[in-house]
Amino acid sequence: MSSEVPRGRILFSTLIALVLTVLPLPQYGDYIRPSFLVLTVLYWSVAAPRTAGVGLGWFAGLLLDVFQGPVLGQHALVLALVSFITALEHQRIRSKPMFQQSLIVLFVLAFYNGVVLAIDGWTGHPLPNPLLWIQCATGALIWAPAATLLAQGRRA
Amino acid sequence: MAAFGTGGSRSQVRGPSLGFRFTLYAILSIVVMFLDQRHGWLERARFVLQAGAYPVQVAVNSPSTVWNWLSQSFESRDALRAENARLVKQQHELELRTMRYDALTRENGELRGLKDALPPVADRWLAAEIVTDSHHQRIVINRGTTNGVFKAQVVMDDKGVIGQTTHVGPWSAEVILITNPEHAIPVTIERTGLRTIAVGAGDDESNSLGLPYLPGNADVKPGDQLVTSGLGGVFPAGYPVGRVVEVHRDAVQPLAHVRATPYADVNTDREVMLVWFREDHPAAPASTAAPDLKVGNKTLQPQPTPPPRPKATAPAAQPAKPMGQPETPAGTPPATNSTAPHAPNSSGGARKPTSPSGTVNPPPAPSSNRGTAPAPASAEAAPATKEPAPVEAPKNPTIEPPADAPRNP
Repeated sequence: MSSEVPRGRILFSTLIALVLTVLPLPQYGDYIRPSFLVLTVLYWSVAAPRTAGVGLGWFAGLLLDVFQGPVLGQHALVLALVSFITALEHQRIRSKPMFQQSLIVLFVLAFYNGVVLAIDGWTGHPLPNPLLWIQCATGALIWAPAATLLAQGRRA
Repeated sequence: MAAFGTGGSRSQVRGPSLGFRFTLYAILSIVVMFLDQRHGWLERARFVLQAGAYPVQVAVNSPSTVWNWLSQSFESRDALRAENARLVKQQHELELRTMRYDALTRENGELRGLKDALPPVADRWLAAEIVTDSHHQRIVINRGTTNGVFKAQVVMDDKGVIGQTTHVGPWSAEVILITNPEHAIPVTIERTGLRTIAVGAGDDESNSLGLPYLPGNADVKPGDQLVTSGLGGVFPAGYPVGRVVEVHRDAVQPLAHVRATPYADVNTDREVMLVWFREDHPAAPASTAAPDLKVGNKTLQPQPTPPPRPKATAPAAQPAKPMGQPETPAGTPPATNSTAPHAPNSSGGARKPTSPSGTVNPPPAPSSNRGTAPAPASAEAAPATKEPAPVEAPKNPTIEPPADAPRNP
């Protein structure tokens, strides 16, 4: 199954997710907006680890860096790391019911945020507002509909 | 799990391959991060990426653009008339205010002993629209190298300084705001002439600046105006930055906590101005040490005192003090070695009126030449100091520049 997922569809959904991620929102919308890009990369590294996987994570992260990263390569590194882990564990994640998947996503998103913040610290960039952690919760909440949607899009 | 389809067992991922790929990408991104942190080794790549990102940024911002356009076009006639009346009134005010400007400029030039009045330091400007308001106090504007925008160019609105460009693409440029905690702008407190640095505070809600380097006994109080000091090589002297709103002194702390708000509507602007400055203007941004780093920053070493000039040295309260140096052009002929007149890009260029208002002694031209000379300076310095009058060279070369005099009140 996964090997047959067309690349074009993966790239298209990633682009949409990127647009959703950089879409300008008022201040508080920015805090609660889940990082759609990370969710999409997660989905594809679980659903099609061979086609998408680390490479997709890296390029998506690089794009995110161009739009909003102070350092080029920061999100690329972290997204590659996250997609590497999820691609390694894709069998186990896939077999879980949706609720447990959401929990896993919550942990992964928290891990993602933590590493991004760590890199911010190492490179001497200021840390963003701590309210940004809300993103992890909203991301976990939206995981089920997002995964269903992406699966629909894949079959279509 | 239905979301992932069935039959996943076939898609066994080859472990070593995945790990290998990840290692490769990790190394790649670390290299990219390193190169990007080291000043602009990736500028070309950034340029291309910025060009690619621009359409997406425009597309992403189009809903709000359309909304603005719609709300403007359906604005009621009354509202438009009211706005028109307000603008006419404002224009009359401005005309009244600038009426005496020419006369004042000439008078100012005469007072400073210049033959002609100086032209304004702002050479030309260009309006730019804000394309996206990315968070982290950075914005993207719709002007790029095709419009002549360069890196580290000053961006203002009608009230004061907003920021400077950091990455410039062909059609767009990224601007870092002065409220960004990664941005620091050299300022002068207008009332006292005290020079310090205003750093962005960085909290998103209250856009403000901090003055973290003021001693606890510094003469600063709420309501003080901050203007650019002209140091640092990016911002010219004398442009409004912000107003001090809060001074907190703690007896046990050596430094005062001072907070200021920018004059510019940093968060609500839709349109900003890119400004080009006259390079040879005394108020133009003076770069201090940037080009000298390779030779150990010689400008900071003791230098001969300036030639005996009329004692009327401008009080430190004048932000545009460098004007009092009409003899700088005299020293430019030997500029062949170091002070190359190139575009005022990131480094700001080694410009003639270096350091006059700086922490360094206001040096006469020959000594500043010596200071900015490249590595084999000792060999070149001798001829350089020879041709201008030997007045200043042997004066008292070991005296520490009295630059800090205005600092401690």
